[in-house]
Amino acid sequence: MERNQRLEMKGISKSFHGIPANQDISFCIESGEILGLLGENGAGKTTLMNILYGLYQPDAGEIRINGTPVRIHNPVESIFHGIGMVHQHFMLIQNHSVLENIALSYKDTPFFFPKLKIREKIETFSKSFDFNMDLTKKIWQLSAGEQQRVEIIKALLNGADLLILDEPTSVLTPQEIKELISILKGMKAKGHMIIFISHKLDEIMDICDRVLVLQKGRIAGSALTRDTDKTSLARMMVGRDVVFNIKREKIERGRQILSVEHLDVMGDKGIPALKDISFDVFENEIFGVAGVSGNGQRELAEAVTGIRAVKSGKIRINDQDITNTSPRHIYDLGVSHVPEERIRFGIAPGLFLYDNAILKQHHLKKFSQRYFLKYKEVKHHTKTLMNDFNVSAHSINSQIRNLSGGNIQKLILGREISEKPQLLVASHPTYGLDVGATEFMRNHLLMLRKTGSAVLLFSEDLEEIFELCDRIAVIFDGEFMAILDSDDQRLCDIGLMMAGSERI
Amino acid sequence: MEDMIVSTLERAMVAGTPLLLATTGEVICERSGILNLGVEGVMSMGAVVAFIVTMTTGEPWLGVICAVGVGMAISIVHAFASVSLQANQVVSGLALTMLGLGFSGMMGKPYVGKPLLIKMDDLAIPFLSDIPYLGKILFSQSPFFYLAIFLALTAWFFLEKTRLGIQIRSTGENPRATETQGINVSRIKYLSILIGGGFSALAGAHLSISYSKSWIEGMTAGRGWIAIALTIFALWNPARAIWAAFLFGFIFVVQYLLQPLGISPNFLSMLPYIATLIILLLISFKDPRRLNAPAMLGEPYKRGER
Repeated sequence: MERNQRLEMKGISKSFHGIPANQDISFCIESGEILGLLGENGAGKTTLMNILYGLYQPDAGEIRINGTPVRIHNPVESIFHGIGMVHQHFMLIQNHSVLENIALSYKDTPFFFPKLKIREKIETFSKSFDFNMDLTKKIWQLSAGEQQRVEIIKALLNGADLLILDEPTSVLTPQEIKELISILKGMKAKGHMIIFISHKLDEIMDICDRVLVLQKGRIAGSALTRDTDKTSLARMMVGRDVVFNIKREKIERGRQILSVEHLDVMGDKGIPALKDISFDVFENEIFGVAGVSGNGQRELAEAVTGIRAVKSGKIRINDQDITNTSPRHIYDLGVSHVPEERIRFGIAPGLFLYDNAILKQHHLKKFSQRYFLKYKEVKHHTKTLMNDFNVSAHSINSQIRNLSGGNIQKLILGREISEKPQLLVASHPTYGLDVGATEFMRNHLLMLRKTGSAVLLFSEDLEEIFELCDRIAVIFDGEFMAILDSDDQRLCDIGLMMAGSERI
Repeated sequence: MEDMIVSTLERAMVAGTPLLLATTGEVICERSGILNLGVEGVMSMGAVVAFIVTMTTGEPWLGVICAVGVGMAISIVHAFASVSLQANQVVSGLALTMLGLGFSGMMGKPYVGKPLLIKMDDLAIPFLSDIPYLGKILFSQSPFFYLAIFLALTAWFFLEKTRLGIQIRSTGENPRATETQGINVSRIKYLSILIGGGFSALAGAHLSISYSKSWIEGMTAGRGWIAIALTIFALWNPARAIWAAFLFGFIFVVQYLLQPLGISPNFLSMLPYIATLIILLLISFKDPRRLNAPAMLGEPYKRGER
């Protein structure tokens, strides 16, 4: 097999259920080059790379290797063509040793005594790239950086000439990032091709020779990193100089509803997810938190609604301390929550529509009497909700899992705001919805603002943030880079702030 | 007294043999992530098929081969439901047990109470069988005894020291990651279920043509369920299953040793089942992460889903 020295993707298009994820994308990469792939979440970066790795088939377009068109039907074929991929979520067996993981993927692993026989090969190999690791350790004993190195070894051992790294730095410490960069530069010197997917501008500028910017599934631009700067890349990524939309009528904000002071919260992995966050949200106000997902938005929403423990700091609703009290208590004080993964956290998929319509209110007097639910009232309430919020379903007696995402989201929103909350915490409320449902959700949020509630909105969709919010906070790595009024001119650089390279 | 102890231990080995065979099979199956509660039913099928074939042809080894073949074939029910249809493994395993128990009872009706005249000779290993006490306990047993130990060690070797073993274990730990390495996860699971079924049927064959030399409905007497408990007790390791199985074999026969002491035989025959409960209780106090259970045991795996 000759080495893969030049790879080309030509006119690649791919859509899912009629929604285009990639449209007419062409690029090429040559031996010894590091290509950056930059774009917001949902811009189509991962889809494009999954096509290259054989996980998806493109609807149109072709892939050429060394000038010859090839078809890649599955990961095995892509490995055969010298393509290796390091997924964002590592594909490793946590309970197995490093050796066993490598033996699983290595194509020339012998049948008998596999660990014994490939050990030496791995050792000489990892020496040449300066990886030092104990091959008998179990994966769960390794740091994220070491796990990533195992993934890189797996790809290189299988003869990868092209290595795709999907958001490789998102799980690493700054020191590990430095080590990764030097490893990548070493690979480049040996003639490997690398595609580096990221939305962090600093890294792209630091590592890549060339950068390709994707926006909404199309190529928004491409440039040599030495000819460009972060500001113009950020604008390319966001897609426009920020335009202000003033459909939102001006309303004077009222008294303070939510106050958060010096909040520190731990993430799932025991590392700090929020660092010293302070802000207030007022009546008649939508407070937006913009940022790339995974920078602490989820933890903030969970801390405010009482699902996640607060390490230090204070959260107050109407001057009443709610820090580390129960979610029920917080709900009863008037805090509603539209959670980010609506199927997992917003509903009980196997229950009926009317059960889901009162998931949080079943304890209220009007729906229950001692140990029994008043199903007549519950069903009546469900029908009213469905009317008011345009939920279309053929019966309230059907399981909610049969509804479309948009209808589920409308029912959740209806449930959450039917009790006239003081504060609504909405996480990515329009994620994955079609245009009509999106418009519906946004109008309801504005209505809520008009009727005197406060809204804490988390969104990755900048258009949504600019359209709805009175004030915007930009979150990066658990910290607010800025809290600005939505007509502040400095928001032009929101892309830079989201990427963590500018703080106001 | 001395004779009594030796003969009890000797019988403990015989009683432990079907437990070891079935446990080894269940270990292989569970390491690939599939919980198979059909052991009892497949064992029963193995017993009846081995008995009928041996009785009609006079060839005990042909009976064994047919039993294993039927055990594998009937396990396809569980494989199809749990792997291809991603059904609930508990439900489909229980279905397999009911199917096996019912079908074997029906097939065996005409053979109930008929003695098997063909004998399978014990295999005395030269020299070793002359060792006092030990020789009689360990080295002049039925061929099934040696086969069970040999197969358990082979299973251990395959799981730990071969590429296929790594693939089976990886499938049980993280089928998605395994699939991205270009391995056909469904094929691995089918293979493991079929091997497990073959082992269960082999255990049944031992019961009917070597252990009791007769067929009666319900003769497996919960041994399949005990094997599932032993799988946990052995921490999913076939080598550990060896001593776990013979320990339980001893509990099965210790009643004969205790009966002269005046303990009710009805109580004594409960012993193996009580011991199973106690062991499962003790295991549940252990730190679950150190139990070594396959991470995705019992979880249906759907391809291409996030």
